[in-house]
Amino acid sequence: MSLFNDIVNSTKAIIKGMSVTFSQIPKQKWTVQYPEEPVTVQPRYRGQHLLHVDELGREKCVACFLCAAACPSDCIYIVATDDPRPAEERIGVDERYASVYNIDYGRCIFCGYCVEACPKDAITHGYNFELSVYSRADLLKTKDDLLITKQKQSPNYRVAFSDEDVDSEYKVV
Amino acid sequence: MSVSTQNLPPQFEVIDQPLDTQMTISMGPQHPSTHGVLRLELVLDGEMIVKATPDIGYLHTGMEKLFEYKKYQQGIVITDRMDYLNPLGNNLAYVMAVEKLLGLEIPERAQVIRVLMCELQRIASHLVWLGTHALDLGAMTVFFYCFREREKILNLIEACSGGRLTPSYFRIGGIMMDLPGGFERRVKQFTDNFPPALAEFNTLLTGNTIFQSRTKGVGYISPEDAIDWGISGPSLRGSGIGLDIRRANPYTGYETYDFDVPVEQDGDVWARYMVRMREMTESLKIVRQAAARLKPGPVKADAPKVVLPEREAMKTHMDALIHHFLIVAEGFSVPKGEVYHAIEASKGELGVYVKSDGGAKPNRVHFRAPSFVNLSALPIMVEGEMIADVVAVIGSIDIVLGEIDR
Ligand code: SF4
Ligand code: SF4
Repeated sequence: MSLFNDIVNSTKAIIKGMSVTFSQIPKQKWTVQYPEEPVTVQPRYRGQHLLHVDELGREKCVACFLCAAACPSDCIYIVATDDPRPAEERIGVDERYASVYNIDYGRCIFCGYCVEACPKDAITHGYNFELSVYSRADLLKTKDDLLITKQKQSPNYRVAFSDEDVDSEYKVV
Repeated sequence: MSVSTQNLPPQFEVIDQPLDTQMTISMGPQHPSTHGVLRLELVLDGEMIVKATPDIGYLHTGMEKLFEYKKYQQGIVITDRMDYLNPLGNNLAYVMAVEKLLGLEIPERAQVIRVLMCELQRIASHLVWLGTHALDLGAMTVFFYCFREREKILNLIEACSGGRLTPSYFRIGGIMMDLPGGFERRVKQFTDNFPPALAEFNTLLTGNTIFQSRTKGVGYISPEDAIDWGISGPSLRGSGIGLDIRRANPYTGYETYDFDVPVEQDGDVWARYMVRMREMTESLKIVRQAAARLKPGPVKADAPKVVLPEREAMKTHMDALIHHFLIVAEGFSVPKGEVYHAIEASKGELGVYVKSDGGAKPNRVHFRAPSFVNLSALPIMVEGEMIADVVAVIGSIDIVLGEIDR
């Protein structure tokens, strides 16, 4: 008798479970068909860094080393150089600029401390998250990869347009 | 089949043991049901477990040592990586310990945000536990639904901190940034939609006879043993002891929130399951209350030598800029002394011991990790059980190896 009861109860349990499963079918899907469909990231998302330039295209970084000091994983390498030329010809906004600015993405933990530390808003987190490479050495990104004017953006993400409505609107970056 | 043992190299030990006596097998460290790189050495008599010995250390990262080389504020990012399912809880434990040493007063809004985020994180952590626990016991569907719900919480965490798994949202003296606009509305959206999902989980598992027979009466631990082994959190409350640090020793204003501490008497896998299921409802209650309490106000303590200034002030005021430079470049010095601060993390009592010798880097940081202590009681739960029940018991104590091997 108890075997019979077991069979009946287990069958009931399975039917009950399957009814939940089937009731999911018409509901909204949460799965994103990445990479065919872009992933939505939030405005504050911490992706690959961007080094910014001002309206005239001059690099904002003044090589103050604060980001390197703030970095918990010591992955920022900067070489500061003086640029005594007149303001219009300079590479950076100031006389002092970073002639080398490397971030080692083998070490970076995307904590955002460098962004918090920068007094010039010269470095921010972008939204690129596709950073996989075939060789470890390629994880070392130089200024050529990081400058906002040069960094290649992936088409596989979109940024939620506003803090207000994150699920429906987005902007193409 | 007889194998010649004559020509084996000397490092191969030949165990002369007929198969009808005890057998030692190794479960893990690559076993999917050990929730990480945990190895269990099981001595079996037939299918029954005679002895179980957890073998840990496969994920050892030396995090506690690492704290000694980092400034106080840089330690926050390390805590994220210990219990990676409950990073905000770890952040909170660490920053509160340091704040205790500094004697900082945290503004009301920051405290409410901390409670709000920690409870959301607790639900997320319990969802991962539920999904993987059910998956171990053969219920695949629950796993997907749990991760779908968790995704919504991770989106909320991402919206305010920028990180999903490693948010580092709390700072010593407050929080990183205020909540984004419209956050209350999104939290409300979540709290409205979560109860039906929870009801779904209950239909799939709680009322399910197959699940009940896999969990009821399995992995028993008595209240006395639970205390002796120092178990804490939901695993302790499953043995009938209603100790919750949010109640017993409130922090961040938990004494002002209205919630129950679920307790179950049976001490088995089922009891621990029920405690966590009910806890999600309680956490949801706290989230609702906290969201209703959000009033505009500062989110950082008024301590210019410790807390980074607002960005506007930093760009316009010289003294703020100097403080900014000093905090980032040199850190802030913390008065000499030692402190222990414990919070109720999703897995149990998470205690942080910080010893300062007056500099900008801690002299020693130690974590009393709940998973570590709870795991040590695993042998008495599984001894005498069937081998198939080991995965049920491991799932029921909800361990995270990142925290055990820190
Ligand atoms: S995100 Fe963190 S780890 Fe990465 S470069 Fe910035 S400070 Fe360093
Ligand atoms: S990025 Fe910012 S913090 Fe880093 S060196 Fe340049 S100006 Fe200084």
